[in-house]
Amino acid sequence: MEAEYSGEIMTLSMGPQHPSTHGVLRLELKTDGEIVADAIPHIGYLHRCFEKHAENVEYPGVVPFVDRMDYCAAMNMELGYVLAIEKLLGIQINNRVRCLRIIMAELDRIASHLIAAGTYGNDIGSFTPFMWCFRDRETILDFFEETCGARLLYNYNWVGGLMHDVKPGFEKRVIEFVDYFEPQVDNLNKLLSDNYIFIRRTANVGILTPETAISYGVTGPNLRGSGVQFDVRRNEAYLGYEEFEFDVPVGKGEYGPVGSCWDRYMVRIREVRESCKIIRQAVAKLTPGDVHESIPKRVKPPAGEIYMRTECPRGELGYYIVSDGSTKPYRIKVKSPCFTVMSAFREASKGTMIADIIAILGSFDIVLGEIDR
Amino acid sequence: MESIAWLLHLIPKYDTLPELWRALIPIVVSCVLFFALLCLIVLFLVWLERKISAHIQDRLGPMYVGGWHGWAQTIADSLKLLLKEDIVPDSTDKLLFKMAPFIVFLGAFAAYVVVPFGISSFVTDLNIGILYVVALGSLSVIGIIMAGWASNNKYSLYGGMRAAAQIISYEIPAAIALMTVIIQVGSLSMVDIVNAQKGGIHHWFLFRNPFTFLAFFIYFIASLAEVNRTPFDIPEAESELVAGFHTEYSGMRFAFFFLAEYANMLLVTSVATTLFLGGWTQILPGPTQIIPGPILFFLKAFAIIFVQMWLRWSVPRLRVDQLMYLSWKVLLPISFVLVLGAGWMAVR
Repeated sequence: MEAEYSGEIMTLSMGPQHPSTHGVLRLELKTDGEIVADAIPHIGYLHRCFEKHAENVEYPGVVPFVDRMDYCAAMNMELGYVLAIEKLLGIQINNRVRCLRIIMAELDRIASHLIAAGTYGNDIGSFTPFMWCFRDRETILDFFEETCGARLLYNYNWVGGLMHDVKPGFEKRVIEFVDYFEPQVDNLNKLLSDNYIFIRRTANVGILTPETAISYGVTGPNLRGSGVQFDVRRNEAYLGYEEFEFDVPVGKGEYGPVGSCWDRYMVRIREVRESCKIIRQAVAKLTPGDVHESIPKRVKPPAGEIYMRTECPRGELGYYIVSDGSTKPYRIKVKSPCFTVMSAFREASKGTMIADIIAILGSFDIVLGEIDR
Repeated sequence: MESIAWLLHLIPKYDTLPELWRALIPIVVSCVLFFALLCLIVLFLVWLERKISAHIQDRLGPMYVGGWHGWAQTIADSLKLLLKEDIVPDSTDKLLFKMAPFIVFLGAFAAYVVVPFGISSFVTDLNIGILYVVALGSLSVIGIIMAGWASNNKYSLYGGMRAAAQIISYEIPAAIALMTVIIQVGSLSMVDIVNAQKGGIHHWFLFRNPFTFLAFFIYFIASLAEVNRTPFDIPEAESELVAGFHTEYSGMRFAFFFLAEYANMLLVTSVATTLFLGGWTQILPGPTQIIPGPILFFLKAFAIIFVQMWLRWSVPRLRVDQLMYLSWKVLLPISFVLVLGAGWMAVR
């Protein structure tokens, strides 16, 4: 390809203010007409010093900061953090807390994947899937609102328990929502996923082979899109995920090479169905109990360190926490899934066209709040 | 125009005016009337698009302004745009930047003078009518390139270049598809073309023979691309090029681009209606015209416009290379075959 570039190379700075960079990302594109010779991502526009802040507040106070990393999936962000602290403290949680955490995390995963699928449709040029996805996400946010008062940044998972128990009738309404929602996924497939133009735009674009994906440390739906069956919920189960029946969907390359944008997108759509399965099982397992039962009066872990990884909607989220025995963490380091997948962006986007850059970026489903922290 | 001339005739002392004035005044009056009517229809189309998109997307769309289903929303919006500060960025080529919207607007509206909305509801009957419409369609390309170049913005430049490539490629299959009808009629005049389709639905060129039937769909697809509608909206691809060639425009100038887009939509559907759906002629065979011609014309045109809007809110956007592939390797060869077939039907 390189030899074919003849004209002058123009630098196009896409972002940080651009409708499709999913936040404040800047892509430095070296373009020759419509062809992109190189795409260099520049991050850091949303850096809010989370890790330094966390060193100056007590352990429970870090939870609201954690929310603000991946603001599209705040429940999952909290979950990883509180599980790490609980592991450090050696707290055992009761069954109700465990099931509610799973229900909330999976609902949040659906909400997050709906944003991913909807905005991806928008990136490819179809606006209607976006509105359909946001309509269904609205119901999930209503569940969160009635439970903890917030619709985006919840502070719901606390160390050792939950902020509140759910309102009466919550289980029934969640099942009603799942019953309503599963056929909606088919509608979305009819509108977007199986659309001929959509397949032509995404199925041969932005290929990440399994080897490339693994060597860049790509995780989550992006890794599974490349055909690698790895899910922390299955391979290193936490919170009793091993008791649940669910599949780990992988990209099969129905319309082109494995690891294309379409595969990554489709893994998310299939995961939404699996989340629905998990929610049904978790609601069935829900037993009465006190969600405040094991919340410690004072969180003061012994000196030591811990690494806890969980499967958040965008991939493997890792918390490395060092405790010096005081009430404040000595150091918190986050392993962010979006950051690692951005490193593979340049590899995936070489020699593509400007429209493909948007398609590849959208299929990675990044959230800049989590990349920059 | 004849009817307007006759109405003007009723004004006292009109006949005493000089010959030149009597020739010019009816033209000016009918142009102004048509322009006003078209502006109203275009405003209605903008409202219609918002309502249709809203219902496809499971929402309500404008509901408050003006009372009934927000009918006055676009009027309020255009007033707002006209009253906004007129911003011309410093780094632009001022003259071209200011001229571009008007050229696009002019190209969109000037073509209507030959479109017959009814038996006598047209400004003029040029004997090169359809050729004139196709030629004016190219005028908007010049305006769009001017806008893209003069804005001095890389996204605008991309939009302008994409628009040029796209509109010029799609004009060829569109014009060739129109030729199938012209061959059958033997005239370029829009009025003659409508008169050739009188007598009910089976006389329309859409159902006259298989070649013109297919030509209608070729023209429909190519006209979608000519007016930059999804799935061919790459010149203003929002997710890639911010707003394409009109990224730097705001206020009144943006409104001109916006209205021109909808006027172009109506223009291509008017051409399709005139050439393939029998224009203002009635649907059922028989001597009497039950529905007035202009109303029937707009019913047919709006049916096509509805399909255009439906498509826009349902399908994603093609990529540049796929767009060129469709035009040069699919539509163009098919349209050549159709012209040959239509020619054979005509001389048979």
